[in-house]
Amino acid sequence: MGMEILQLKDVSLTLNENLILRNITLDIWQGYVHAVSGPNGAGKSTLASTIMGLEGYRDISGSILFNGENIDGLAVDERARRGITMAWQEPARYEGLLVKDFLLASSRSKDLALIRDTVSSLGMNPDTYLGRALDKTLSGGERKKIELASILVNEARLVLLDEPDSGIDVESLERIFEAIGLLKKRGTTVILITHSLAVLQQADHAFLMCHGEILDKGKKDKIIRYFENKCIPCGHKNIPDEWEPVRGR
Amino acid sequence: MEDKSILVAELLEASRIHTRIHDDPEVAYLVVLRNEVIGLKAVPGIEVVPREETDGVDIHFTVQEGVQISKPVYLCFGMLSAEGKQHIKLNVSIQKNARVNIFAHCTFPNSGGIVHRMDADIEIQEHARYSYYERHIHGPDGGIEVVPRAKVILNEGAYFKTEFELLRGRVGLIDIDYDCRCRAHSVLEMLARISGRGDDTIKIRESGHLDGEYARGVLTTKIAIRDKATAEVYNTLTASAPYARGHVDCKEIVQDQARAKAVPIIEVRNSKAHITHEAALGSVDTKQLQTLMSRGLSEDEGVELIIKGLLS
Repeated sequence: MGMEILQLKDVSLTLNENLILRNITLDIWQGYVHAVSGPNGAGKSTLASTIMGLEGYRDISGSILFNGENIDGLAVDERARRGITMAWQEPARYEGLLVKDFLLASSRSKDLALIRDTVSSLGMNPDTYLGRALDKTLSGGERKKIELASILVNEARLVLLDEPDSGIDVESLERIFEAIGLLKKRGTTVILITHSLAVLQQADHAFLMCHGEILDKGKKDKIIRYFENKCIPCGHKNIPDEWEPVRGR
Repeated sequence: MEDKSILVAELLEASRIHTRIHDDPEVAYLVVLRNEVIGLKAVPGIEVVPREETDGVDIHFTVQEGVQISKPVYLCFGMLSAEGKQHIKLNVSIQKNARVNIFAHCTFPNSGGIVHRMDADIEIQEHARYSYYERHIHGPDGGIEVVPRAKVILNEGAYFKTEFELLRGRVGLIDIDYDCRCRAHSVLEMLARISGRGDDTIKIRESGHLDGEYARGVLTTKIAIRDKATAEVYNTLTASAPYARGHVDCKEIVQDQARAKAVPIIEVRNSKAHITHEAALGSVDTKQLQTLMSRGLSEDEGVELIIKGLLS
């Protein structure tokens, strides 16, 4: 399908003596929108945190290659400088920090005009928002869009978006999807972490994850079918009782 | 003895308010160098009566009833020498329906052994508004003790806002003690923003007593300390009247071997009153920092930006 920008080889992660990621092997192709989907507790966000190298998520077995380079053990900022960034499901709040300063810090070009255009493209008036603090006076949805703006101006090569529709209203959701489209148009590789069909529809390619494992992969329509049937039978506790604990693919 | 105009210029320049004062004839100001009044200009509706004393100045400051001063009033207290003592006694009366914003610049750019003490008695009469923005400039190595004390009475419908901020230089020792009594429908807002390092010591004791119906008060403290600096914050807010509302908020970011302590005391003596408090002390929030690092900032750059926001 294309060149791999990110490869996970047999990656496992244990947190608090619980095996959270189990021998994950996957390839992420450059310039495509990928989705990692699955039920709550599947390990999707943990996978994103592991790829980003967040504190507490770096002590893995297996290896992670970005652009062919092994990035195991690299800190978050070192991975970011190589071109990986991430948007959290619930963005951080910063007391007193202005949206403008946050976006300038996130921006690779430090171009204020570009920042203003980006904020506008997400349906927000830059004159209103750039001077506001990125704190609890902004709604969750507003902070989500500001964080997405920070991703857009960061100009990373690989973007992890954890539940990008979380806390977002219907109108704003269209803007988020447009932003994902813009990232793809720029040639940015995107990994969507989601359990939402609407978000999954934005992907070119998807992985189905459950209980810390990748159960299947393929074009999004294939993975969507699992969701239309609620999921696939397996032994994980998320599966309704009446289903047989048999893993079928 | 140096020419006074030169001293005034030096002190105002150090305070960075030189042009703001001299370019606008409607701006009132008082400039005190140690115990000497070296600049004074009042505007209609304001009375400023300073009396020089051995180690400072005793000032009576009045805004007359109904007078609303649109331009800020500048008070500049300072010393250009490295050592010495300055004791400012401030008696403030903001009469009914009056309004004034004070910018108090306390400037000690060469501090090495300075003691700056302020004792203030402030009465804000019915429906008057008084805002006091205290901006400090210290020398780069500390060597200063700053001890502001104030007793404040807010009469019915009065408004009092105070902000304390260290703009430049080292803290040295800052020991703030404000006590405010708030009558019905009055509003109290106190904010301190300070960054300490080295062996700086920060002590803040702020009290608000919401004695009247619908009185409101917010005490906010934002501190960042590093190295071996210490910070102790004792904020007290009491409510003894129906519909009094208040909040105490203390955030302290602690790095290195610095030590922080916060003791919020909230007390409610009326079942229709309500007070809340929030305190967070310790390291920089991990999620905030990791988000910034995921944009390519180093850990130090991320911490600096978070602290800049906190103290802004």
